[in-house]
Amino acid sequence: MIGAATIPTPKVDWLALSPTLALLAVSGIVLLGAVLVPRSFERTFSVAVSFAGFVAAGVAAGIVFDRSADASLLLAESMTRDRFAALAQIVLAAIGAVVVLVSAGDRRRDHVGEYYALLSAAGAGMVFFVSAGNLMTLFLAFEWFSIALYVLCALDTHRRASLEAGLKYLIVGSFGSAFLLFGCALVYGATGELGFNAIRDATGADDPLFITGLALILAGLAFKVSAAPFHMWTPDVYEGAPTPVTAFMAAATKVAALVVTFRLLVTAFPEQDEVWTIAIAVLAVASLLIGNLAALVQRDVKRLLAYSSISNAGFLLIAIAADSELGGQALLYFLVPYSAATIGAFAVIAARERELGRPVDLVGLEGFGWERPLLGVALWVFMLSFAGFPLTGGFLGKFYVFAAIFEAGWWWLVVLGVIATAISIAYYLSLVRALYMRSAELPGSVIAVGGSPPRDRLLDAAVGLAVLVTVGSFFVVQPLVDLARDGVSALPF
Amino acid sequence: MLTTILIALPFAGALVVWAAPLSREATGGLAFLVALAEVGMWIGSARQFDFGAELPQYATEREWFESVGASYSVGLYGFQFWLVGLTLVVGACAIGYGVWAERERARAYFGLMLFLIGALVGVFAAQDLLLFYVFFEAMLIPIYVLVGVWGGERRMRATLTFVLYTMAGSLAMLASIVALGLSQGTFGLDELGTSENDWIFLGFLVAFAVKAPLLPLHGWLRLAYTEAPPEVGALLSGVVSKAAVVGLVWIVLPHFPGPVEDWREVVLVLAAATLIYGSLLAFRQPDFRGVVAYSSMGQMGLIVLGIFSVNELGLNGAVLHSVSHGLVSAALFLLAAMVETRAGTGVFAALGGMARGRPVLATLVLTVGMFTLAVPGSSNFAGEFTILAGVFEHGWGYAAIGAAAIVLAALYTLRPISAILHERRGSSVREEADDLVGNEAALVVPLVVILLALSVWPAAITERSFPAGGRAAPAAEESP
Repeated sequence: MIGAATIPTPKVDWLALSPTLALLAVSGIVLLGAVLVPRSFERTFSVAVSFAGFVAAGVAAGIVFDRSADASLLLAESMTRDRFAALAQIVLAAIGAVVVLVSAGDRRRDHVGEYYALLSAAGAGMVFFVSAGNLMTLFLAFEWFSIALYVLCALDTHRRASLEAGLKYLIVGSFGSAFLLFGCALVYGATGELGFNAIRDATGADDPLFITGLALILAGLAFKVSAAPFHMWTPDVYEGAPTPVTAFMAAATKVAALVVTFRLLVTAFPEQDEVWTIAIAVLAVASLLIGNLAALVQRDVKRLLAYSSISNAGFLLIAIAADSELGGQALLYFLVPYSAATIGAFAVIAARERELGRPVDLVGLEGFGWERPLLGVALWVFMLSFAGFPLTGGFLGKFYVFAAIFEAGWWWLVVLGVIATAISIAYYLSLVRALYMRSAELPGSVIAVGGSPPRDRLLDAAVGLAVLVTVGSFFVVQPLVDLARDGVSALPF
Repeated sequence: MLTTILIALPFAGALVVWAAPLSREATGGLAFLVALAEVGMWIGSARQFDFGAELPQYATEREWFESVGASYSVGLYGFQFWLVGLTLVVGACAIGYGVWAERERARAYFGLMLFLIGALVGVFAAQDLLLFYVFFEAMLIPIYVLVGVWGGERRMRATLTFVLYTMAGSLAMLASIVALGLSQGTFGLDELGTSENDWIFLGFLVAFAVKAPLLPLHGWLRLAYTEAPPEVGALLSGVVSKAAVVGLVWIVLPHFPGPVEDWREVVLVLAAATLIYGSLLAFRQPDFRGVVAYSSMGQMGLIVLGIFSVNELGLNGAVLHSVSHGLVSAALFLLAAMVETRAGTGVFAALGGMARGRPVLATLVLTVGMFTLAVPGSSNFAGEFTILAGVFEHGWGYAAIGAAAIVLAALYTLRPISAILHERRGSSVREEADDLVGNEAALVVPLVVILLALSVWPAAITERSFPAGGRAAPAAEESP
């Protein structure tokens, strides 16, 4: 008798995987529902299930956060279980849940089930992405959520702009993936290691291939962050994609990509920080310049917000360039009001779009503030947060980023950020001006087609939640910063 | 605790006024009630206020953003107490005027007015640098909309230039705040030490020079003051500009003794130039509100002259003059609005002869005018005199320029008085005697009464502004 053969399997930490698995499961259920559930019930079913999925993922991530005071590596060092990842997962899950609420009122007739299935799948990919522990899982997760997003962008098959956005994102995004993959290959070639920690400890770091690999990885991630000069796809894709999808991309993709960039750089490449802090600072400066200057001349509101998101990427990258615990805290904190304001702003635009039945430009917003007081004030709050005005989290976010980079000794980036903020106020206020200071009765202005649609309770709730977080993060800044500190303490500083 | 209530009540009121579906009258009435309650609380608190105290009175300190060393810390020193009083009185009059003028979109309008008052009280009461910035910036939000929505024909230009100038200044200050607060590990104004860094100093100086405004950063002033609704103009010129005073007195002077010493002549020259230039421009304006706007600029130059004399005399004079100028300027803006509602224009060429059959209007314009030109015995005279005495200690030239400016003030004040009240009846002035009604007079008379009271007893302010020990003017201690 030969003893029962035991194949050694790695111990699977189901809890750490649970946020990803919850969203994956939901994605499958919704997809099944698209076939099995009666047509009239399909939307309610998909919305309810995917919302529950994101909430469950968030709760699971919360439990992981609570039980992961010490960081650990899982599954042959391919995944990390730590508070840093868990925090990012909570933020991502919250973004997903709110985007589901925003999407619910969409008058989409076909692909309802697919839409929510893809959204959950993209969410699952991102949640997995932020816990990546080696280059393989990093690339895998990167492709996972990217492919879901490519399809989501092109899902409005009856709109040319949507198809164009999907195609553009696919082509440019593939470039980004290729950069990332090539970079991973070079780093592996130079060190013979895949795990972030192993790369740090490996010899051969002075190999020119190694630095080239680092640069290519950075470029690949910068595509997803939409940092200049890797931002070219952003305005077109944001403009063409269905607005809730734009909201999801602008908030969630950025959170995931920035968090992973920070983790990768400080975990795997701490020895090379003299190189990459400069590189990140250059990306940040370019994003601030290009984003702000281009936003000044935009007329389409979604394009304007796209450029604003590029400029915000610049601010967030400054936090990474600080290369410090303070910088990590600033990054994690700033992402909260940034995401809230982003989703909220796109949600308001989505509401207006549904009212007008066409893309919203600045003229399309005229008088909106008086017609819909709550949505108008909400959009105003989001713009103030982007512009860094007090009583919103955006102000403290910027302040914290400036503080971090100042502590790192780069005072000139503070000056640059301040100048960029000054420029940005011009276009953020142009939105507010359109909302309140021009009357809709002027000739050439727009009239809602078929009257205003019935109130969308879920969208209002989403916007209300976004306002609450945007303003609330100003008042309860310290608890949030404490959480961020717990998260960042998992990283090697 | 009281300070916190004074700050929070207007914000809460703003939210209620904006959200509650009340009629226009009820909305305005509620807002006015809140403003009056604030004034009442302020008066009630005066009796127990310890003006010479080393610590801020009615203070509250709560944790807010410990990681960087910033906290919610508010409280009042003597001079801040007076400036808060100015805010509340002028604010109540402005809201009262808004009620009387039946502003459109009342819920938004009164909500924003209350928001502005709350932010102003916050600016004057903040004892933490970051908190000061928060309120300083929050002020801008309601002003932007109030001018942009309810303003005159060129309101868009007015808001644009106003926001551009102010934000350029504020953001320079933000960079300075980051640098100062982080290098010292705290943002508490009482804990912060001194800094010798010229750049940090200049960041603050630019922000306050825009707010005051000082030459050459005054480009926004004319449009913003005259395109704003008059009661908002009253708040802007009377109260908002005083944010510069509190900033210079409580942030710049105590924390930058070295740079203040080095840059003193520059600022003094700019302030003197502002005083002369503003007064000359005021003399050249074709309309009532234009005159008030530029006279306000000139008076702010005088106040900065007092502050940068960096001695107790100059500082006390600056505080007294801030309060009396705030009251005068608010009264003038309201009177200008009342003239404009009667004649449909404030342009002197179309006015004249309004004294006939309008005794109340004539008396009020004349009385407030006398305060503006600082008739001896008036609180404005007391303020100007104290400032000049203070700056004389530093250099007699500045005092001479300041004295010359009093003559200019007489010129620019007498011109509107004669152009509006006397001369031949203007083309826009109606023949019937449409004197001020009781409600209108009731808004201006209290301001005049307070001015008269201050004229009788200017020492109420000059001797009750700063804690003993000369903390406000550390440089003065060194010089014998």
